[in-house]
Amino acid sequence: MIEIKGITKSFKDKKVLHGISGKFAKGKTNLIIGASGTGKSVLLKCLVGLLNPDKGRVLFDGRNFTNANKNLTTEIRREIGMLFQGSALFDSKNVEENIKFPLDLLTDTPEKEKIDKVNHCLSLVGLEKINKKMPSELSGGMKKRVGIARAIVNDSNYLFCDEPNSGLDPLTAIKIDDLILELTQKLNTTTIVVTHDMNSVIEIGDYIS
Amino acid sequence: MFLISLFERREKLKTYFSLTINECIKIGYDSLFIVSIVSIFMGAVTTIQTAYNLVGPLIPDYVISLVVRDMTLLELSPTIIAIVFAGKVGSNIAGELGTMRITEQIDALEVMGVNSSSYLVLPKIIAALLMFPILVIISATLAIFGGYAAGVLTDVITGQEYIYGIRYEFNPFNIPFALVKAYVFAFIVASISSFQGYYTSGGALEVGKSSTNAVTNSCIAILIADYILAQILL
Repeated sequence: MIEIKGITKSFKDKKVLHGISGKFAKGKTNLIIGASGTGKSVLLKCLVGLLNPDKGRVLFDGRNFTNANKNLTTEIRREIGMLFQGSALFDSKNVEENIKFPLDLLTDTPEKEKIDKVNHCLSLVGLEKINKKMPSELSGGMKKRVGIARAIVNDSNYLFCDEPNSGLDPLTAIKIDDLILELTQKLNTTTIVVTHDMNSVIEIGDYIS
Repeated sequence: MFLISLFERREKLKTYFSLTINECIKIGYDSLFIVSIVSIFMGAVTTIQTAYNLVGPLIPDYVISLVVRDMTLLELSPTIIAIVFAGKVGSNIAGELGTMRITEQIDALEVMGVNSSSYLVLPKIIAALLMFPILVIISATLAIFGGYAAGVLTDVITGQEYIYGIRYEFNPFNIPFALVKAYVFAFIVASISSFQGYYTSGGALEVGKSSTNAVTNSCIAILIADYILAQILL
């Protein structure tokens, strides 16, 4: 479970987040919705530590992430998987290398096991035999799926999705929504989805903030 | 602060090894062509211009190659090639890191618990420090060869006199001096360009600005460092 307490964030004179508190349940899809420019992505960035809140705390299963030392920050971050709005796949690496990247860097898993895990994650997101394709050869929907595969390859406990449907056609958007819902239930992750797509809210939202 | 962050929360050494090898190829091997072309013509032009300016019955011809040798080692190869290096490698580093920043690839590394500055920048700085002195040595060799070819082909100096001048009163300190300059310039180009690229914010326009800033700031810093090193070491 992830808990936030009194998160406040300002940029110069503009106060974006005003004392936001809430709980995000484990094994559920927790949605943060709101109009564009209301601070959803800022809240998400505060949650994953890409931005430091001015006030307040973020607790990952009771562990204070906001004031954590470098070791605890790294430990928690290694339990986080994140799907970025633009997928954020590494241009210089192919699909397999992109998904394998967290395993290469953060674990001592043998190479054979890593490849098996990559193939397993690719099958979970409904993409197979595209291991050697470069990100530039993939469609928007495929990039999102590869992004999800990379986010879950490290057996993440927490899955964050920033606007997973942006730029996708309605059919692909529904597929991505279904995939997030299915993976959350199957892997029992604490999933937080930031969106302004009301179809997603109806489709996958267990808890809505 | 940026440079200190490169040494915090480092990854496994073998990760840096493979990244550094890749960067050495990109920074060193891929720069060989432009460095070679610039160096050969630099030597050739220096020979022709020195010959043009040193016409007189009291000045022996071998002075031409002596001037080419000292200018190449002391100034042209380290400094001009550093400016070429800033244009080619510096803009490439800033553009690459800037694009990674605006497409959230750097954020993705951070969220995974990877020290992105260390992972992305440290191998580039190490590769620049390893490869640029080699490029300077190659450049100096090719410039002296270019001067020989131009001198002999245009009949301003004979081959024998050219080689005599190259050997005449050679000061061996010029080589370590050129290498010290090479190390300093390599560090300047790699660190300034990485800084500009890493802290890009905005979109494609800002990536272009970062690349331009990387080149202009590197060139200015190279010229200032060049003056300081000459003042201290000569």
